Amino acid sequence: MNGILTIARLTIREARQRKILLLSMMLGAVFLALFAWGFHSISTATRANGVQAAQVRFQWNVITLVGLYAVNFLVTATAVLLPIDTLSGEIASGVMHTLLTKPMRRFEVVVGKWLGNACILTFYLAGMAGGVLAIARFEAAYTPPNILAGLGLLWLESLVLLTLSIAGGTQLTTLANGILVFGLYGIAFIGGWMEQIGTTFGSSTARNLGIAASLLVPIEAMWQYAATLMQPAFLRETRLSPFAYASSPSPFMIWWAVGHIAVVFLFAVVRFEKRDM
Amino acid sequence: MTDFVIETDRLRKEFGSKVAVADLTLRVRAGEVFGFLGPNGAGKTTSMKMLLGLVHPTSGQGMVLGRPVGDLAARREIGFLPEHFRFHDWMTGREFLVFHGQLHGIERRELNTRIDELLDRVDLADAAGRKLHEYSKGMQQRIGLAQALLNRPRLIFLDEPTSGLDPIGRILVRDIVLKLREDGVTVFFNSHILTDIEAICDRVVFLKRGRVIQESRLAERDRIELELKLGAIDDGLMEVLATYGSVMERNGTTLRLEIPDESCIPDITRRLVERNVPVYRVAAVKRSLEAEFIDVMGEDERAG
Repeated sequence: MNGILTIARLTIREARQRKILLLSMMLGAVFLALFAWGFHSISTATRANGVQAAQVRFQWNVITLVGLYAVNFLVTATAVLLPIDTLSGEIASGVMHTLLTKPMRRFEVVVGKWLGNACILTFYLAGMAGGVLAIARFEAAYTPPNILAGLGLLWLESLVLLTLSIAGGTQLTTLANGILVFGLYGIAFIGGWMEQIGTTFGSSTARNLGIAASLLVPIEAMWQYAATLMQPAFLRETRLSPFAYASSPSPFMIWWAVGHIAVVFLFAVVRFEKRDM
Repeated sequence: MTDFVIETDRLRKEFGSKVAVADLTLRVRAGEVFGFLGPNGAGKTTSMKMLLGLVHPTSGQGMVLGRPVGDLAARREIGFLPEHFRFHDWMTGREFLVFHGQLHGIERRELNTRIDELLDRVDLADAAGRKLHEYSKGMQQRIGLAQALLNRPRLIFLDEPTSGLDPIGRILVRDIVLKLREDGVTVFFNSHILTDIEAICDRVVFLKRGRVIQESRLAERDRIELELKLGAIDDGLMEVLATYGSVMERNGTTLRLEIPDESCIPDITRRLVERNVPVYRVAAVKRSLEAEFIDVMGEDERAG
C-alpha cells in the first residue's frame, strides 16, 4: 500500500513538474472563456429575438451539450496521452530498474500509476465540465437533467481509455502504444456512428458492427448514453438535437465498461509482473 | 545458517532463441567484495538482473540473502545502482532520495538523518537542492550510489559504478566500497575498469558466453612474471630455471618466467651467477588482472 501511494503521489507531482497540469489548466481556461463568450452572445441574441421559453430551454440544452461534447473530447485525448509513456518510457529509460528493486510488488507500480493518472483526469473533468455547467447556470440559469449520472459516464469513459493506455505501456513502446490506443479510439468513434446510421436506415449489419465496436472499446457508447440522459425527453424523442441518438445504449453497457476496465487492468498487472526488464 | 549471501545453481536465461546466460553457478560469501568480469555480451547485466528479480530465469535456481531470487523480503536488504543510471530528473537531489527512501518505507525523521549522512558521504551536500538534470555525470552516479545505500543494505549490486567518473570521483566510489566492506556489507561489483576491480575486490569470477569459466581470489594472486636478459642460455640453464616456474616466452637470450612468488628471485640470481651466466636484467612484474583477463578469455574472444 505504501508503494501504491508513493507512486500515485509521484505521478501527480510529475504531471505538475512537467507543466502538464499548468498547460491543461491554461488551455482549459481558454476553452471555457471561448464557450462563455459564445454562450453569452447566443443568450443576448435569443433575448433580443423574443424566442419562446420552451424553445429557449431546448436551445440551452443543445449549447450546454456542445460544451460537454468538447470537454469529453479533451478528457478522452488527455486520458490517452497523459499515461502514454508512464510505464513504457520508464522501462525504456531504465528508471524502472531502480523502482522495481525496491521492496514493493510490481502490481503496486501499475496501480499507483493508474491511481495517480485517474486523480488528474478526475480533477480535469470536474474542472472543465464544472466550468461549462457554471457558465450555463450563470448565463441562462440552466442545468441539464441527470447531470451527475451523465458526468459519471464521462468519467467512466476516461477510465476505460486510461486503463487501455496503461495496459499498452506494459508491453509496447510509447509510439506503438499511442498508435494502438488512438486506433481503438477511432474504431469506437466510427463504430458509434455506424450504429446510429445503421439504426436510422434499417441496416442491421451496420448496427451490429457498431455494437461490436462499442463492446470492443466502450467509450463512444458512454458519451451517447450520457448525452441521452442529459437531454429533456422531448428533445430525445423528436430527435431535434444533434445529440438525440437513434439508438440509445443499454444500461448494460455501464457494467460492460466497468468489466472492461477490470479485465484490461488485470491484463496490465499480469503482463507487467511477467515482463523482463 | 549459510555463509553465502548469493548461491545460484545453473541459472539460465533465454530470450527467444538467444541464450543470454547459459549457466550461472556461483557463490558469494557474506562481507566480500565480489568482482564480476567478462567481455561485452557475456551476460553480466542479465545475470545481475536475474539476481535482482528484474529478469525471470528460464531455468535453474538462485538464492539471495537466503531467499529465492526476486523475493520481496530480500529486497529490503538489497541496494542497487544500475548501469546507465536514470531517474526522475525533475526532482532535486534531496527529493529524489526522499522518494526512494519512501519506497523502502523508511520513517521520515530517520530518512532525513540518513539522507544528510549519505549526501555528505558522496560529497553532494551542497548540491542537494539542485535539480538532477543540472547534475554532471559524476554527480548523477554519486546520487545514484546514495540511493542504493539508503536502506543500509546487507548486499549491494553496483553495475559499472565508476564508468564516466573522473579520477577523483572514482577514488571516492572506491573508498565508499572499501568502507562498505569494513562495515560487513557484501558488494557485487560489475565493472570493465580492471584497475578498480584489482583495487577493491576480494574475489572475481570470469564470465564468458553466459558461463562462469574461472574464479580467482585476488588477495592470493602472488604469481609474478620474471623477465631475465642474460648473456647466454643453454639447455642446462633452462632445466634449472624450469624448477622455479614455467617459462612463458623465450626470445634469444631474453626469457619470461612465471614464478609463484618473490621469495625465489634471490635464489635464481645466485644460481645464474654460480653458472657464470652474464646477467643484464632481472625484472619482476606482478601479473596484472588485465593479462589474466586476456588469458582466461582466450584468443577466440573478440571485442564486443
